[in-house]
Amino acid sequence: MPKTRVSPARGSLSRDDMARRVAQDIPEGAYVNLGIGLPTKVADFLPADREIILHTENGMLGMGRAAVGDEIDPDLLNAGKIPVTEQPGASYFHHADSFGMMRGGHLDICVLGAFQVSTSGDLANWHTGAEDAIPAVGGAMDLAIGARQVFVIMELFTRDGQCKLVEHCSYPLTGIGCVETLYTDYAVFDVGPDGPAVRELFGDTTLEQLEELTGLHLRSA
Amino acid sequence: MIDKIAEDVAAAVQDVHDGATVMIGGFGTAGQPVELIDALLEQGARDLTVVNNNAGNGTTGLAALLDAGRVRKIICSFPRQVDSQIFDGLYRSGKLELELVPQGTLAERIRAGGAGIAGFFTPTGFGTMLAEGKETRAFHGRDYVFEEALLADFALIKAHRGDRLGNLIYRKTARNFGPLMASAATTAIAQVNMVVAVGDLDPEAIVTPGIFVQRVVEIGGRLPPATEGQ
Repeated sequence: MPKTRVSPARGSLSRDDMARRVAQDIPEGAYVNLGIGLPTKVADFLPADREIILHTENGMLGMGRAAVGDEIDPDLLNAGKIPVTEQPGASYFHHADSFGMMRGGHLDICVLGAFQVSTSGDLANWHTGAEDAIPAVGGAMDLAIGARQVFVIMELFTRDGQCKLVEHCSYPLTGIGCVETLYTDYAVFDVGPDGPAVRELFGDTTLEQLEELTGLHLRSA
Repeated sequence: MIDKIAEDVAAAVQDVHDGATVMIGGFGTAGQPVELIDALLEQGARDLTVVNNNAGNGTTGLAALLDAGRVRKIICSFPRQVDSQIFDGLYRSGKLELELVPQGTLAERIRAGGAGIAGFFTPTGFGTMLAEGKETRAFHGRDYVFEEALLADFALIKAHRGDRLGNLIYRKTARNFGPLMASAATTAIAQVNMVVAVGDLDPEAIVTPGIFVQRVVEIGGRLPPATEGQ
């Protein structure tokens, strides 16, 4: 029996820690799109010694931090419609060019949140499928299949303890087999055709405990 | 002499007919041609099909047009927002038809329309609900979905500067759908913060060449308030 009781709802990394962990894996020179919500936090932890260019799908490369005070310009928003700043060397372009950058494979990495990720790398992050839900997709499907590498950052369990890494997504799909790496509060997983592999475990959780919690057969990467 | 300058927003939208398809620029409030939308509301055309990334924010602009019952159908990527209560109510009561399109597919359908391309195969959305009923085909081992071009009778867009020839430049992320919609509409109407003399815009920097624009109307430099959330 494990010495420490493992909470089924929360792993040892905080949301900031998760964002910091993703940021470590973004290399010098990368063109990166950070999705709305938790992925946006990754920007706060990008190593200062790396030149990383942020893309926002509403039409900008070289996006800077959130704007404050007099910097706020209603014509300069990010994809979450939050006012942002521009970095030296920034550029603006229309939506067809912006999504061409993704679809055309020019964007190196995108970091997305998710409702569910399947062990084969399917992504569900746009719609719960609930009858009264108003569907809204935005750029989620374009990002999912467009970037060369798709990272997902999410808590491994829902608040009521449901595992979000699943054999098959029950929510409507955003993209098939598109996720490469999954960063959670318990572990970092490789997902894809070879199934789930644990690349890194956080805190005291063991691989066996994680298998028990997730109900999945896991191997070490 | 070519002169595309309209006297005011009322004159600019006077011939929008009932049943027209109207593309409206903007990503949230950035680039949303609020004064042209207000003029369209005043003008009274109804049974419209509107193409926009969103489905209105708050109670003004596009949201007001929806609230007045002028829109039959909206083609957009992201209707649900923290302040989209007017759309939400109409959609839930079945009074507004929604065609939901992934954002990049929406942009490309408009670009294709303006460029004389009937449709295209895109990997976006393959295997999802939004590809149901659409033709698919594999190319080089990857699966694609066929999407048709979008055209419109009118486009209402917002630019930063324009001249009497219809040449336009934009400002920052307010560019978004403007250049695409201008090319895809029979009558593209641009509201600009300032009309400048022919020759004042650097030819190397013009984003939308005047051939795509039929009317230009000066509004002044007022910027809309930013909205937060999706």
